[in-house]
Amino acid sequence: MKEILSGNEAIARGAYEAGVKVACAYPGTPSTEILENTIRYPEIDSSWATNEKVSLEVGIGASFVGARSLVTMKHVGVNVAADPLFTLSYTGVNGGLVLVCADDPELHSSQNEQDSRNYAKFAKVPMLEPADSQECLSFTKLAFELSEKYDTPVMLRTTTRISHSKSVVELGERVTDLPEPKLVKNPAKFVMLPGNARPRHYVVEDRLTTLSKDGCNMPINRIELRDSKIGVITAGISYQHVREVLPEASVLKLGLVFPLPFDLIREFAAQVETLYVVEELDAFIEDQVKAAGIKVIGKEIISLCGELTPGRLKKAFGLPEHEQTAVEQLPGRPPNMCPGCPHRGVFFTLNQLKAYVSGDIGCYTLGFMPPLSAMDTCVCMGASIGMATGAVKVLPPEERKKVVAVIGDSTFLHTGVNGLMDMVYNKGAATVIILDNRITAMTGRQDNPASGHTLMDSPTNAIDFPMLCKAIGVKHIRTINPLDLEECKRVISEEMERPETSVIITDKPCVLIKREGVFTAGKALAVDADSCSGCRACLKIGCPAIEWIPSSGKKGKARIDALLCNGCEVCRQLCKFSAIQEAK
Amino acid sequence: MSHKITNIVLVGVGGQGILLAAEILSETCMLAGYDVKKSEIHGMSQRGGSVVSHVRYGKEVFSPMVPEGEGDILFGFELMETYRYLTLLKPGGSVVVNDLCIAPPAVLIGQTQYPADLAGKIKSQVPDCLLVDGQNLALEAGNARTANTVLLGAVSKRLDIAENFWLESIERMVPKKAVAVNLKAFELGRSLA
Repeated sequence: MKEILSGNEAIARGAYEAGVKVACAYPGTPSTEILENTIRYPEIDSSWATNEKVSLEVGIGASFVGARSLVTMKHVGVNVAADPLFTLSYTGVNGGLVLVCADDPELHSSQNEQDSRNYAKFAKVPMLEPADSQECLSFTKLAFELSEKYDTPVMLRTTTRISHSKSVVELGERVTDLPEPKLVKNPAKFVMLPGNARPRHYVVEDRLTTLSKDGCNMPINRIELRDSKIGVITAGISYQHVREVLPEASVLKLGLVFPLPFDLIREFAAQVETLYVVEELDAFIEDQVKAAGIKVIGKEIISLCGELTPGRLKKAFGLPEHEQTAVEQLPGRPPNMCPGCPHRGVFFTLNQLKAYVSGDIGCYTLGFMPPLSAMDTCVCMGASIGMATGAVKVLPPEERKKVVAVIGDSTFLHTGVNGLMDMVYNKGAATVIILDNRITAMTGRQDNPASGHTLMDSPTNAIDFPMLCKAIGVKHIRTINPLDLEECKRVISEEMERPETSVIITDKPCVLIKREGVFTAGKALAVDADSCSGCRACLKIGCPAIEWIPSSGKKGKARIDALLCNGCEVCRQLCKFSAIQEAK
Repeated sequence: MSHKITNIVLVGVGGQGILLAAEILSETCMLAGYDVKKSEIHGMSQRGGSVVSHVRYGKEVFSPMVPEGEGDILFGFELMETYRYLTLLKPGGSVVVNDLCIAPPAVLIGQTQYPADLAGKIKSQVPDCLLVDGQNLALEAGNARTANTVLLGAVSKRLDIAENFWLESIERMVPKKAVAVNLKAFELGRSLA
């Protein structure tokens, strides 16, 4: 049967067909939809973990007792999961274990564009790279076979254009003859103490040598001979761009991008006049090919930055580009917090209080955008609290008070909680605001350990943030309604003055939560044009439902789009002229 | 079947139903026996950002991205986003665009104004430009949320795919209770010139 699937849907399907029993992840664009699709298969236990490290550990646990397990994350998630990954490389697996990492060249939705292929080389684990959805499915299945055959975790690397592109896929059946999981005791393999780990390192090195040789005969590494003038080594999405732009070129298409099949590369190099490597981001293949003494052109013509497009590839090869229609400069259209978003009032207040906001990763990172303009740093998941601790260690007392760490519920549980323990332990005198909107909103509303539901939608414990903070040792814990500007200002400024760690928790849910009884919209508001003085106070919160209507000759007026308004009433509190009322 | 690849670019603002329209379009191409690829960026689109979806079909499609200046049809859900992505259209390509302006943040807060007469500017650059009153036609079909299907109907007239494949994919892709109103919206769009 044929279906059009995204790369992520196809990986989920591949995991199902491979007989996977456990799938675990922390959400992250562009990888999130993989687990959102494994839940279509009740045979797979799918779950959101608190972070990528935990998700990999869950996968390792299931693998060691014999189940095939899938772990998925975005590229920066591998940084968090790197600790178990590097030693898992030594232990190897029992049931197959595949780690999918989704890279984001062009930083469509990320804080950097690191190239995860380096992790394969660094951790010494094989990596496959599919070039379309069909390969996402078949490579996922193959990855599990290779994992068990070579006793190694296998990484499957996608990029945004693979994860989020759809193409036609032929579906297969689920394998049924896998051994049932059971307890296995094998300390020499699974207990990585120096005495056990030392001999395992030799196993790892031998495995890579074998894989490099065997890779020469794997059908996923194939030579496509056409015109011999130009030969291109490529993989993943770059293969598609090469076929599009250089249809006559000979191609060595790599499915296994680490370890490289050097004998096959030499064979290909001998058959073409000029050899190129076309790859996005780092010179990962190129550097290794050059180190093997093979002459090749790569980053001399293709940028280390951004994603490859057919147009950029044409430029690299000096091919004529198509004529383009010229257009005038336009205002941009960046994303914005939703109408009624509970974060808006907090950032408005932080701006008013001239706080130095140690930020974090989530929808609320948008708090840095004008007119809220209330975020000063954003580095990685969970960084806000640790960075606030660092800043107050060295700032003069007056500036110390200005430091506020802002972090979402999911990010706090991901890696922020460790930062808070450290802040309390080391007596950091900063204010921490946990923006608890009950959901991992940025990536599309995934449940987390504070939302009371699992990925498979069964009710579960919801973490009690005040109790958690109390147990950590925070003495000043306050819960506020983030839609009440007076309360926000009063409580946040009081806590900023305090020379001790304090935590403020906001208690309003994300407006996009669909689960019944969590979010209820208020009554839509409207601007009474007669009362509106045109003072623009309501525009300072940057709500998408409020529009400034300019008027030639006269003062303009604000207007509220009743269809967009969620009735949060934050704007109403800013209007000194009572011009904002319930819509009729 | 010709070897030519047809390139369609869908553009608009997050929340307008662009991704569903792109899904229906891709499904239709597959039902009609073509190879098809669709590529888009999501993640933050729901927060009102600019959304672009590429759909390519033909005998064998390689890159999922429409090369710059090679779009056959620019399928716009909003005027400013449509004008912005004219760069993807080939000379002699077509534009089907919803007659709708959605103010971006800088316009909302009064920092700048929404550009004037974008429909005129698009028409002056692209002779084959169909301006569609998607909102009103959607209301005529019976549901304000079917503007994307009205537009899809208008686009369908410019593609060499038999009508039955369109109808079949709409029936497959939209929720059961919304099929009738979407089919009507599609016909209203398709009946435009």
